[in-house]
This record gives sequence, C-alpha cells and structure tokens, in this order.
Amino acid sequence: MNSTTVKKGVRDATVSRFDPGTVRSDFPALSVTVKGKPLVYLDNAATTHKPASVIEAITQFYSAENSNVHRGVHHLSELATEKFEESRRKVQRFLNATESSEIIFVRGTTEGINLAAQSYGGTVLRNGDNVVISAMEHHSNIVPWQIVCDRVGASLRVIPINRKGELLQEEFERLLDERTKIVALTHISNALGTVNPVQEMIRTAHDRKIPVLIDGAQAVAHGHVDVQELDCDFYAFSSHKMFGPTGIGVLYGKKELLESMPPYQGGGDMIKSVSFSKTMYADLPHKFEAGTPHIAGAIGLGAAIDYIGELAMEEVALHERRLVQDLTDALTDLPGVQIIGTATNKAGVVSFTIDGIHPHDIGTILNEDGIAVRTGQHCAQPVMDFFGIPATARASVALYNTTKDIQDLVAGVRHVQKVFH
Amino acid sequence: MSDLRSLYQEIILDHNKNPRNFGVLDDANRVIEGYNPLCGDRYTIYLKLEDDVIQEIKFSGVGCAISKASASVMTTVLKGKTVPEAEAWFEKFHALVTHPSGEDADGASLGKLAAFAGVSEFPARVKCATLAWHSLKGALRSSATSVSTE
Repeated sequence: MNSTTVKKGVRDATVSRFDPGTVRSDFPALSVTVKGKPLVYLDNAATTHKPASVIEAITQFYSAENSNVHRGVHHLSELATEKFEESRRKVQRFLNATESSEIIFVRGTTEGINLAAQSYGGTVLRNGDNVVISAMEHHSNIVPWQIVCDRVGASLRVIPINRKGELLQEEFERLLDERTKIVALTHISNALGTVNPVQEMIRTAHDRKIPVLIDGAQAVAHGHVDVQELDCDFYAFSSHKMFGPTGIGVLYGKKELLESMPPYQGGGDMIKSVSFSKTMYADLPHKFEAGTPHIAGAIGLGAAIDYIGELAMEEVALHERRLVQDLTDALTDLPGVQIIGTATNKAGVVSFTIDGIHPHDIGTILNEDGIAVRTGQHCAQPVMDFFGIPATARASVALYNTTKDIQDLVAGVRHVQKVFH
Repeated sequence: MSDLRSLYQEIILDHNKNPRNFGVLDDANRVIEGYNPLCGDRYTIYLKLEDDVIQEIKFSGVGCAISKASASVMTTVLKGKTVPEAEAWFEKFHALVTHPSGEDADGASLGKLAAFAGVSEFPARVKCATLAWHSLKGALRSSATSVSTE
C-alpha cells in the first residue's frame, strides 16, 4: 500500500446534498424541448446528461490549459499532465483502488474489456480452455471473448438465467472447472436491470483461483463501487454513463495482473526506450496507454466524479429505486404491458413490451410526447432470444429524474395504446 | 398528434394488425431474408416468378408496424406485376419515403402506398418502411439470399 491508499467509506462521510428537483438545474440539456414539449429523459442507460461543471471543466481545458501530456517541460504541458494525472487519482478514490497505477484510461467499457480479453485472455488462454460469461451480457462482454477464444481454440461458457432475469448460481458453480481461465460478468444488466451478486460470485471464482472481470458500465452511476471490497480482478466502465464525456473510460486491474500482461497497443507514451532490436515498455499505467490520450475527456470524467462526490449516493440510489418501483407498479397495472426482467434486486432499468405494439413504434410515439426511451435489443440479442421477444422498450433513470418523469412516461404508454387501438 | 397520425395512418394500422399475404409460400422459387440489426426487424419474402411476372408473393417475420404494413401493402401492390414494373414501384416508393412530404407524393398514381408519405417526416423510420422493399429488390436480382439494412 502506498501513500495514495484510500479507505472505504471516505465518500460516505462527505456532507452531502441531494434533491432531485434541485440537481436538474445542474444539467443544461435537461431544459431542451422536444416537439414543443419539455424533454422527459429516460434513456440514461444509453448515456447520461452532463452537469455544467463537467462541461465547464472541458471548456476550461481547451481554453486555458490545452497541451499534450507527459511530453513537454513547458508550462501548459506540465499543467495538462498534472490535471490528467489528478483525474486518475480521482478515479482511484472513486473505485477505492489501492494505487492510481491500477487505473488505465481507455475509450470506454468496450475498449476496457477488449484490452483485458486481448492482453490477459490472449496470454493465458490455451486450446481447450474456457471463459465463463453470463446470458445477460452486453455484446461488448461477449464478442471480445469470442474473438480471443476463436483465435486460441478456447470455448465460451454461458451462465443461464431464469425467467425473472437472475443468474442461476448453481449452474455458475457447475460451469467452473480447472480449464476456466477467467469469468466476465456484468455488474448490472443494461437490458433487464438485474443487479448481480458479483461479490459472492467473485468469491466463488476465487475459491478456484479464477480471476473475474466486472463490466461496470451500468453500475457506476447508481451507487458506491469499491473494487477492494468486491475483490474483482478487473473492473471496466465508461465516463459517459456517469455524467462525464464520451470517448473516455477506465479499466481497473489489480497491479500484479496488469504487470504480468503484455501491452494492448504499441506507440508513443507506452515505452521506456525504443530501438529497432528491442523496446522496453513503460511502467503502469502508461504501458497500456499508447498515443495521446483523451486528455479533456479524462479531466471531464474527473469533474463528473467530483460532482457525484458532492451527492449522497445512498440517497441517490434510494431515490432511483423508488422511481423504478413506481414505474414497475404503474406499468404492471396497465393491461397489455409486460415488464421484462423482474429480478428481486434491480437498479436503474425498466424494460417492457406492450401487446401487439412493436417497441420501435412505442419509441416513436413516446418521442412525440417529448419522452426519450431506448427501443430495440439493447446490444443484448441473447437476452431477447431467451425471452422470445424481438425487442423491448427500456426506460432507465438517473439521479435527476423525478416522479413527474415517471408519470409522464405512464401517460405516454397509455397514449401509445390509444394510437394503436 | 397530427404528425403521428400522418405516420400511423389507418391503412398502416390495419395492415399491421391484419397483414395480407402473410405466411410461407411453399412453391416459391425466390426466397430472401431482410434484416435490420439495429432494431431486430426480420422478414422473409417469398416470390413465385414465372416468365418475369410475380405470380405469387408472400412474407413472414416480425417487426414494427411500419415495416410490417409496408411489407403487407407491397405484396398487394406487386402481385401480378412484371419484374420491370416491380422495380419501378420500388423507385417510386423509395422516393416517397425519402423525400420531404408533398414532393413526388402523387396520391393518384401511388394508390395505397401514399399512406407511407408521412414516413419522410420520421428519418429514423425510413429503414423500417424500406426493409421489405430492399429485400424484394434483392430477390428480383436472385443471387442474394439475405439483405441487411446495415
């Protein structure tokens, strides 16, 4: 442990404010109108809006601090480097990672998983080995593993789900064997909203000395994530789903694993020395950050973490749970509406279908009422196949949503039914 | 509401609910699948082509109201038409749904297809309206067995 070690629960002690009505005014994009109506934004699982402080941090960087990092000795380059590395330390504290060198900046969750799959998976997987994932994974936690499995002759094993959209734990244990080289699991399902018991599942895998990657894309905006408490080996997430900019994300990895892994991409900034016969790679985290990074993005992510840090995330999670419950109750009461994904532990997401009306049509009609939801397969085609449906409409909440948003959506769903009947 | 009604016209809602020529055509000599990976809409178009004439046409599959009604209306329009006639209908329909409302929307010559004029106001839905038509075009050219909108 070095001097930057942080303790669990530090953020909990922050004196905080949370009032969904008040926080709305922090997000300029929430005041736009759609079709002459105020925006009702319920597509937060796709991306969240950005508070003014994040937008300002990015503007400030390009206006007054712009320079490349880890390069020059001049003032701006030193300033940019300091702010970039300060963001890394903010991420470290946000995840409660042991060291900031365990924080790798990537483009997003997808690149984070690809990095782990190519560099770690590509090194340890051999012909006949297997990777265990689940039936509720986003395509970005399926395809990267498929690619590396195909290359080396390994196979993909899939933990099945029940009709509620929960992982079958006994099946999970059955799938693990001495040829399992890694388990890759979503923390919260983007299509169903299921919160998986990842901590217990990590323990189960670790009992067999199998490392675990957690796809945290849907989890980071909804509550406290502590990688030491989870004891996960990798944790990937995207900035834009937690009020930061697009194009930047993080792969957390345990130091000893990251150190054992070969670089993902080659280029500038990831080397110690280069000659045509031999290249020495840089130390962590730079070994995995070839080329000029998304500096403004990392600074924006840092500002998003600051923003979240000022809020009481326990209250946020409670508020969101209430919204999800209210929406679930209201939709359940509507004849002809089915909720897809009824796990006991859910967060953020309510997926639904309406008898005789395709989700695409639901989305178009809701849009006429100013309501933004996602419709389609949510990059989770296997989930749709399991439930025997072509697609769903998905409402997903963030900390700035209100009871009125939920009421507007329920009225919108009635409107959809009226147009079709 | 007026925008919505221009998209979801009665004729479209009717064809969505009661699609015509829906099902498998057992003696088809051209079969093609059309798929939109973005939304999951998937249709199979069955043709019985004889001497350059569409003797029979049916479709099966799942998708939104716009794509299903479009496929249904297409089958009713094209039955009995020659291949060049069908290709000309494709061009007409394509122009209708991709041009701003009003332009080229000659109601008299378009017949039932005129109901799709409102689609041009909803750019995100143009692919829904044209999925079956693109599949048909592929089937007329015969070599392909699947068509994707992406």
